[in-house]
Amino acid sequence: MTTYILLITVVVLSISGFLIGRYRASAMCEAPGASVKLHSRPSYYGLLTAMWCGVPALIVAVLWHGLEPAIIDHLVLSDLPPEIRSLPENRLSLVLNDIKNQAAGVMFSESRDPVIREAADHCVRLRAISRMAMSVVILSLSIIALVAVQKRLSPEMRARNHVERFIRCVLVVCSTLAIFTTVGIVLSILFEAMRFFKAVPVTEFLFGLKWSPQMAIRADQVGASGAFGAVPVFVGTMLVSAIAMFVAVPIGLMSAIYLSEYAGSAVRTVAKPVLELLAGIPTVVYGFFAALTVAPFIRDMGTMAGLDVSSESALAAGLVMGIMIIPFVSSLSDDVINAVPQDMRDGSYGLGATKSETIKYVVIPAALPGIVGGILLAISRAIGETMIVVMAAGLSANLTVNPLKAVTTVTVQIVTLLVGDQEFDSPKTLAAFALALLLFIVTLLLNIIALYIVRRYREQYE
Amino acid sequence: MGMPAGTGLDPDDDVAVVDQGFRAGMSSGPEARKTAGEPFTENPRMKCRKVNVFYGDKHAIIDVSIDIGRNQVLSMIGPSGCGKSTFLRCLNRMNDTIEGCRVTGTIKLDEMDIYGREVDVVPLRAQIGMVFQKPNPFPKSVFDNVAYGPKIHGLARNRSELEEIVETSLRRAGLWKEVKDRLSQPGTGLSGGQQQRLCIARAIAVTPEVILMDEPCSALDPIATAKIEDLIDELRERFTIVIVTHSMQQASRVSQRTAYFHLGNLIEVGPTEFVFTTPRHRLTEDYITGRFG
Repeated sequence: MTTYILLITVVVLSISGFLIGRYRASAMCEAPGASVKLHSRPSYYGLLTAMWCGVPALIVAVLWHGLEPAIIDHLVLSDLPPEIRSLPENRLSLVLNDIKNQAAGVMFSESRDPVIREAADHCVRLRAISRMAMSVVILSLSIIALVAVQKRLSPEMRARNHVERFIRCVLVVCSTLAIFTTVGIVLSILFEAMRFFKAVPVTEFLFGLKWSPQMAIRADQVGASGAFGAVPVFVGTMLVSAIAMFVAVPIGLMSAIYLSEYAGSAVRTVAKPVLELLAGIPTVVYGFFAALTVAPFIRDMGTMAGLDVSSESALAAGLVMGIMIIPFVSSLSDDVINAVPQDMRDGSYGLGATKSETIKYVVIPAALPGIVGGILLAISRAIGETMIVVMAAGLSANLTVNPLKAVTTVTVQIVTLLVGDQEFDSPKTLAAFALALLLFIVTLLLNIIALYIVRRYREQYE
Repeated sequence: MGMPAGTGLDPDDDVAVVDQGFRAGMSSGPEARKTAGEPFTENPRMKCRKVNVFYGDKHAIIDVSIDIGRNQVLSMIGPSGCGKSTFLRCLNRMNDTIEGCRVTGTIKLDEMDIYGREVDVVPLRAQIGMVFQKPNPFPKSVFDNVAYGPKIHGLARNRSELEEIVETSLRRAGLWKEVKDRLSQPGTGLSGGQQQRLCIARAIAVTPEVILMDEPCSALDPIATAKIEDLIDELRERFTIVIVTHSMQQASRVSQRTAYFHLGNLIEVGPTEFVFTTPRHRLTEDYITGRFG
C-alpha cells in the first residue's frame, strides 16, 4: 500500500469518524426517554472522534518516515561481512550508497560484487516489510482510536474542551515552528562563522581596514594573501544606506503628510495605491534601472561638472534604493499619522493654530515614535537590500565616504563569495557567514529598537 | 412682521422680533419651524441670522437665528443628532475642517461677520475658543499644553511672560494647585477631570472672548463635573460661554439662557428658568419632561 493511499484512507476514516461521532452524540440526546443534556454541541463529539482517528496516525506516519532509513541502513550494515564493516567511516558510506543505488535499480551501478547485490536485495526486502508494517500499524491505530472514542462517548464528556485544547496545541506548534526556524538559521550562520573566526581573529575581522578575500590555493601562489577586514565593506553599506535614507525619509515623510493631512479623498484614493506600487516592483528591476539608467546619467553629469565619477557609484545605488524605500516610509508614516486622534487636531485648530502649525507642533510630535520606528525598519531594509547594490554599487572594497566612487556592501560580498563553486573549508567562503552574522546582528538590533519604540507609542493612546 | 433678508441684522428689527416672540420664516427650508421664546437679546456678543448648514446633501441646520448674550452662559440642549454640536462648531468655523460642509447665513462676533471674505479663521479661533467633549490634551507636558496657544500667537515676549500666562490660566481653570509641582509631566497623565480643566486652561490662555464647550462633562465623573460647572460659573465674569449639554440638570445649573434644538431647528430660546418651568413650545415641553430624547 503506498503512502498516498494510506493517507487518503486515514482521512476517509477521520471523516467517517466525524460523521459517526456527531450522529451518535445527537442520537444520545434525542433518543425517546433520554432526559440528559449533551455537554457540547454534537459536532464537537464528531470533531473529537475525527481528531483521535487522524492525528496519532499521522504523527506515527511522519515519525516512521523519519526513522525508517536510519534503521534500515543499520540493519543492512550489520548484515555485511566483517571485512567491509571494518572499513573507515567515509568508505563505508560509499558502500552504503552503492547498495542503495542497487536497491533503487539505478542502472550504471549494476554491481560486480555479489556481496553488494545481496545486501541490496536485503535492503529491498526490509523496505517492503517496513511499508507493510507501517500500513498495518497506522490503520489499526486509526480504527482502534475510532472505536475507543465511540465507546467512551457519553453526554457528560467534555468534547468541546478537548477540541479547544487540541486547537490550542496546533497553534502553539505552528508558532514554535516559526521561532525554531529562525533559531536554526541563526545557529547555522553562527557555527560557520565560528569556523571562520578560527582562521581569522575576530578583532582583525571587526577592525581590519582592508578587505580582499583571496586565499592562496597552492602554497607557492603569488599575490593572493587574504585580508578580511570588514570595515570597508560595512562603510560601503552604511554609505549606500545613508544616501538611500536621505532620499527616502524626506520624500516619504512629506508625501505621507500630504496624503494624510492635505489631500482630498479623490487624490488619496489614487495616489496612495500608486505610491505603494513602488513597493511591488521587483528589486532586480530597480537594479538594472540603477545600473543602466541612473549610474550612466550621474557619470555624465559628473563629467560635465568636471568631477571624476566612476561608472558604478554609491550615489546611483543609494538614490535608486531610496526610491525603492519611499513607500515603506510613507505608508508606515501615513498609518501612524492617521492614528493620531482627530481630537488632537481639533484641539489645536480650536486654539487658532494654522494647519501647518498643527502638523508641526501637534501631529508630528504625537506620531514621532511611530515614524521613527518606521524609519528604523526602513533602514534595516536598506542594509539588507542586495540586488540593487549587486548591480549598481560595484565590487571593489574602497574605504571611502565619497558617494561618487564605487563601493561594495556586505550583501554584495556575501553574494560574490558564495556564487559559483566554492570550497567550504576555506576562510574565503566562510567569510560570507561571518559577514552575514554581523549583518544579522545589526539589523536585529535595529528591529528591536524599532519595535520597542513602536510599542511605547501604542501604549500612549490605548 | 416679516424680516426681509438683508435687513434682518438691523438691531431695531431684532427688537421688533423679540417683542413678537416669534421669528417670521420667509424663505426657509421645507422643514423650517418657528422659534418660540426670546432668541434675541440686547447688546449681544454674537448674532446669528438665518444660519443653514449642509453636509453634502443633508440639511443639518435649518434657518437658525439667535443672539448670544455678553458674559452669559447659553446652554444648547436637544436630543442626539439635533444639530446642537454642528451649530456650535459653526460659531468658530470649526466646520471648515470637515469636507463637504457648507454654511450659509450670517454669524457676527460684535460687528464682525465671521464668515466674511476678509476674515482670517486663525485669529478668529483665538477669539472664540473651544473645549471638546473628550478631554484632548496634546501629548506634551502640562506647561507646554497651556503655552501652546500663547506661543503660536506670539502673546508672550519672553519666558517669564509665558510662565505668567500659564500660571494665570491654570489658576483661572482651578488647576494650579493640583499641577504646579508637575508642570513638566505629560498632560495625558492627569485624571480625566484634570485633563478637561487643562483643556479649559489651554483655551483661556489665548484670552478669547467667547468659549464654546461641546459636552465638556460627558466623559467625567460627578465630582469632576461639579468642579467644571463651578468653573464655568466663575469664567462667566470674563468670557461669554456657549455650552452644549445632554444633561438638563447641568443646563439649569450653569446657564442663564437655554436653547432647545430639534432636528436641525431651533425650537425655543429663553431664560433658563422659564424654559425649564414654563416652556412655550410643545416639543420643548415633551423633551424636558422626558417624553423623548
